[in-house]
Amino acid sequence: MSRVVVLGAGVAGHTAAAFARKWLTASDEVIVVSPKPDYNWIPSNIWVGVGLMPAERVRFPLAPVYARHGIDFKQARATEIHPEGGASTAAPYLVAESTRTGDEGEREDIRYDFLINATGPKLNFGATEGLGPDGHTLSVCTDSHAVEAAKHLDTAVERMKRGERQRFLVGTGHGGCTCQGAAFEYIVNLEFELRARGVRDRADIWWISNEYELGDFGMGGLHLKRGGYITPSKIFTESLFAERNIRWITRAHVRKVEPGRAQYETLDGQQQEFAFDFAMLLPPFAGVGLKVFDKAGADITAKVFQPNGFMKVDADYTPRPYEEWTAKDWPKTYQSPVYPNVFAAGIAFAPPHAISRPRQTPSGAPIAPAPPRTGMPSAMIGKAVARNVVDMVRGEAGPRHTASMAAMGAACVASAGANPFTGTAASMTVFPIVPDFERYPEYGRDLDQTFGEIGLAGHWIKILLHHLFIYKARLRPGWSLIPE
Amino acid sequence: MSDTYAGEPPDRLKESFFATKPTGFTRFMRTFIPWQMVRFAAINLKMLRLIVRSHRG
Repeated sequence: MSRVVVLGAGVAGHTAAAFARKWLTASDEVIVVSPKPDYNWIPSNIWVGVGLMPAERVRFPLAPVYARHGIDFKQARATEIHPEGGASTAAPYLVAESTRTGDEGEREDIRYDFLINATGPKLNFGATEGLGPDGHTLSVCTDSHAVEAAKHLDTAVERMKRGERQRFLVGTGHGGCTCQGAAFEYIVNLEFELRARGVRDRADIWWISNEYELGDFGMGGLHLKRGGYITPSKIFTESLFAERNIRWITRAHVRKVEPGRAQYETLDGQQQEFAFDFAMLLPPFAGVGLKVFDKAGADITAKVFQPNGFMKVDADYTPRPYEEWTAKDWPKTYQSPVYPNVFAAGIAFAPPHAISRPRQTPSGAPIAPAPPRTGMPSAMIGKAVARNVVDMVRGEAGPRHTASMAAMGAACVASAGANPFTGTAASMTVFPIVPDFERYPEYGRDLDQTFGEIGLAGHWIKILLHHLFIYKARLRPGWSLIPE
Repeated sequence: MSDTYAGEPPDRLKESFFATKPTGFTRFMRTFIPWQMVRFAAINLKMLRLIVRSHRG
């Protein structure tokens, strides 16, 4: 009998736990440790954030789902890992603090045979002074943040209906952010919604991001075959913004937010200020701050995690100039090089390097989009990790299944207006996610499988995916047949 | 310091003046239901191909 513990119940953790449970025998245990009681289908937070969907439709309680499938759920935040055991036990264990109402902060030691770290990120609003719901900007990173954003949007719309002009600022709140795609989806939905509410003419909508060019999305942009040309995603994205009269600021690091004002620095060193009435700026991500201790109780966190808090896996982390990195540096099995029974999945693993070229302002501020690893890659990594853990439980010496982001594609549908007849969405596929310039020397990607298109069909697909993935996450009959 | 409420500049002074924009026909086709039904099938097939290839590693 083996015990598999999964930290986190987001896309990667939930997928890993569900498949581990499906493939292991009844005598093996699967435990999920997550600080939140609910599963949140984050891609649909965009619609919550513009008031088109109640939060209840993008989240559901995890405990009954796990109880039905024989997964033990502990609502707690993991704080420490003891991979060599401790003074009183040789078995590896972790320490978790309860977040359940009534016994908050209660500590529990949880023994494990295999550990899957899928905690997701810490939303690092603190990296920029005044950023975030506790500061002066909004977010759609969680369902509750999105609800708050929708309330502020309602207030702004009321003001516009009274004749006031409102200035909207949407994008990234720090030079090291990732997830530009989510902010992109929010701004085009916001614009659509303002039109639908009849107040678009009183809104100035601005994009701000750390991208070198629009359409970078933290993956160095992409190239598409369109209209007889090979076109960079910059053209695609600029066109979308220009058509909607959305203005843009790129190559920007937001360094401070005050009530109604964002201060930012551009790559060429200009210090600028932007006055806003409504700002939705995403935070940079960091690891959740797990600490690791050896048998003697010494802190060995630096051996297992990178300084940014993400876990080291089977990637090549040798420091090299950006030009010298290759697709082969990216991890394949997500196994810890230090502890073979520990894996990371989803955002929790440390990428070996940026995909977009990192840059700095003259004052040293980063203009360095971090690599995206949410959604489809997170789920695929979670599944591959579960497969490897199950194999190792059954006696395999090591992991055999791979899910390198340099050998997998991603399909992404970015809503650009939610209406079944007049809405649109940008449907995109990219292969591979991490460009492989050895295999595809010109653009790093297979242009036959990298495409983008805007239209109502994309919106229908987005609706379909929303229902399909929530059905799958609820582990309803046939859930495992739905691809990641 | 810059970018306070200075009002909208004319279109020719905006960065969007240099961006490509869709023609009326392209915009019409984006929400023309019979054409979008064809695209729905085509995009789903493209995505399915990609998913199958990705799962093969």
